[in-house]
Amino acid sequence: MSSIERFQNPGLPEHVHRKADTDPKAAKRAEQQVAILFLLSALGTVGTIAAYIYIRSDLYVYIPILGSTNVQQMSLGIGLTVATLCIGLGAIQWAKKLMPDTEVIQERHELRSEDQDRADFVETFKERGGEAGIARRPLIKRTLGIALGVVGLSPLVLLRDLGPMPKKYFETTNWTAGTRLVLDPGGAYIKPSDLEVGAVAQVLPELPKGTERTLENVGKDAVLLIRLRPEDFNLDAERLSWTYNGIIAFSKICTHMGCAVALYEQQTHHLLCPCHQSTFDVTRAAKVVFGPAARPLPQLAISVDAGGYLVAKQGFTVPVGPSYWERNSSNG
Amino acid sequence: MKRSEKAIGSVANYVDERTGAAKWLKKNLTKVFPDHWSFMLGEICLYSFIILLLSGTFLTFWFDPSQRDVVYNGAYSPLSGVSMSSAYASTLHISFDVRGGLLMRQIHHWAALIFMAAIVAHLFRVFFTGAFRKPREFNWIIGIGLLTFGIVEGFLGYSLPDDLLSGTGIRIAEAIIQALPVVGSYLAFFAFGGPFPGTAFIPRIFIVHVLILPGLFLALITIHLMLVWYQKHTQFPGPGRTEKNVVGYPLMPVYMAKAGGFFFIVFSVTAFLGAVASINPIWLYGPYTPGQISAGSQPDWYMGWLDGLVRMAPPLETHAFGHTISWNILLPGLILPGILFTGMALYPFIESWVTGDKREHHLLDRPRNAPNRTALGAMSIAFMIISLVNGGNDIIATHFHLTINGIMWFTRIGLFIVPPIVFIITKRICLSLQRADRDLVLHGKETGRLVMLPSGEMVEVHEQLTDAQKWTLTQHQQPDALPAPLPESATRGLKGKLRKRMNQAHAIQIPAPTLSELKELDHH
Ligand code: FES
Repeated sequence: MSSIERFQNPGLPEHVHRKADTDPKAAKRAEQQVAILFLLSALGTVGTIAAYIYIRSDLYVYIPILGSTNVQQMSLGIGLTVATLCIGLGAIQWAKKLMPDTEVIQERHELRSEDQDRADFVETFKERGGEAGIARRPLIKRTLGIALGVVGLSPLVLLRDLGPMPKKYFETTNWTAGTRLVLDPGGAYIKPSDLEVGAVAQVLPELPKGTERTLENVGKDAVLLIRLRPEDFNLDAERLSWTYNGIIAFSKICTHMGCAVALYEQQTHHLLCPCHQSTFDVTRAAKVVFGPAARPLPQLAISVDAGGYLVAKQGFTVPVGPSYWERNSSNG
Repeated sequence: MKRSEKAIGSVANYVDERTGAAKWLKKNLTKVFPDHWSFMLGEICLYSFIILLLSGTFLTFWFDPSQRDVVYNGAYSPLSGVSMSSAYASTLHISFDVRGGLLMRQIHHWAALIFMAAIVAHLFRVFFTGAFRKPREFNWIIGIGLLTFGIVEGFLGYSLPDDLLSGTGIRIAEAIIQALPVVGSYLAFFAFGGPFPGTAFIPRIFIVHVLILPGLFLALITIHLMLVWYQKHTQFPGPGRTEKNVVGYPLMPVYMAKAGGFFFIVFSVTAFLGAVASINPIWLYGPYTPGQISAGSQPDWYMGWLDGLVRMAPPLETHAFGHTISWNILLPGLILPGILFTGMALYPFIESWVTGDKREHHLLDRPRNAPNRTALGAMSIAFMIISLVNGGNDIIATHFHLTINGIMWFTRIGLFIVPPIVFIITKRICLSLQRADRDLVLHGKETGRLVMLPSGEMVEVHEQLTDAQKWTLTQHQQPDALPAPLPESATRGLKGKLRKRMNQAHAIQIPAPTLSELKELDHH
């Protein structure tokens, strides 16, 4: 093995002089270039300030590709670009053309401490540790362990009031038997005849007088109404009885991660969630036909009341929205 | 001595008498940094971070992190009279009423995208060149930490305006928290101060976004740079460079001018993008409400691969004993990313376990000389790209007239098949490049010139490489298999067998040519 000769490190190559190193004229030129760049930068700053003061804030122009653009915002940005770019280019030009370009060699030192230092450290540590006597006093060691072990609990406990307990929150909505459906937006009551075959409407439950609708409500109560031809349904008798004259209602909150399931495709009778494309078949009680959602959208049983308006026959029979640990999913 | 010199001298004297800084500075002003374009990637991370701090501070002067209901009546007339959260209204105010506000918002967002892109590029540079090896393992782990926090920080940042798009992102984050077994619904309620969306979340993530995470970044970046300083930068192999030295330019003046200049150039790039390239035009989306959604919702690119994994997850849930476990969320949203990031953080230790290499390394590997590592990196990139493709499946489907169904099945299967294929191909390419290097050293460069031999035969003239080139192509240490047979204990059990297999795979290399071989050839 020892007879194999490897290639040898030839060492740093000879330094090649740049033009500006030997030719004073070239050096002068480089100097001027740098100076011009720095001056341009200052001009950029002046331009920025001028744009701030003199250009109207509500002036828009149409620029191809960029679209309608606010003139002031763009001018400020361009001014800033020039101001910073020219400083950068100037500094780099200066470094490249005029500062020394000879490569320098520095030695590295091993990071590891000297053996003696290591030994000394261990010794000192042991000696000092011995003075505290932690090894000889197990009582102190153990009680200290307990104290340090639990001291972190108080800040954790103090965080308890970050929020209330969820209790039954995820299982309930504002839909109950007889709740009228109201259009969202608008809040008008709906008669079955208001919906053509193929139409979709977003509805919410009518809230008792004096209660304000919050975003939290909407996040659980939102429902989609879709009208099909009754013969298009492919439902069991119970679910069919939850529809009214071809109108079927589903929770709009995706059972995957809670986005609003907003896209309805008339041709296929599919509901699509734009977040991760879970697709639900409306004719088969919103069965998942594609995507990551694991459960159908909960169906809301609807009917009409004495006034002829659409109402819920009962609340949702299963929790709406995404899953959670306490959710009992044995019936969907 | 000139007046000005005297003045500087007395200030320096004043400071040094109180700090003793001169001794440290004397040594460090001449500190040498090696030069290579790829070393600028880390600089871009640092500079875009500074730009983020500056532009972000500007934005906080007007942004109101509150979900209080207000009625909008600012300069953007299409939303006049619409009720919305104060967070959204103040973002509109910044975009339309504050001079330079839109510019700063756009600079901030572009800088964030550049920050993340530079982190990922820097990570790949460090990975493919083996810069993470001893003694730089700590810095690798800090880097993974910065990457992880960067993803979170970016997500929180684009959640703050409380527009329809970002609200949808928060909704998804809530669903992930809610899906955690046992504690999920409690944690979700604690995080949101009650039911989603509530009014607590934006103020809370605001403080995380502008104080807690930036503070953490600052601390980690400081340690990261101090370690670079203290351990000295790695360098690429070449004539004059060894494991025991560092060759390059001194901090003052060359490196200071170059690095300082480069900061301004990075700034100018973000300013230019902010000036001309509209990003996240939140006024088009409208305020958030859980009952609505904008079609084609897309997260920023560094979240896109996670979104793609979520989209391709199988619809799996466990329903048992009155409980629900959402594998369709946990698997792609937490478990898989968790495994990937842990594996990434541990990689330096895994590699040194496989190779048995415990030496310090300051000379970088040329990626071809570490075929397994390079192949593994390429494989991870393939994995990310495939997930990212599925993250944009709706957009790709409409652009290229494909079906979402087709893309999903392609990526579902591709995720398992493509990365291994990429591994094999990359490894082959590395080995052929090694072979090409070997030929080059032994036979020289082809010149394209033909000469006729006395026999009448035509041959091409080959030109010998310079000594410097020969050295660069042959200087690398080639790994040997661990002493074979391995000590009994090292190959026992599954772990030992695995190590042995990986170690043997690692030792497959095209032997680097030696001077003896060259001389031998010359004789003939
Ligand atoms: S939230 Fe509907 S598919 Fe994910």
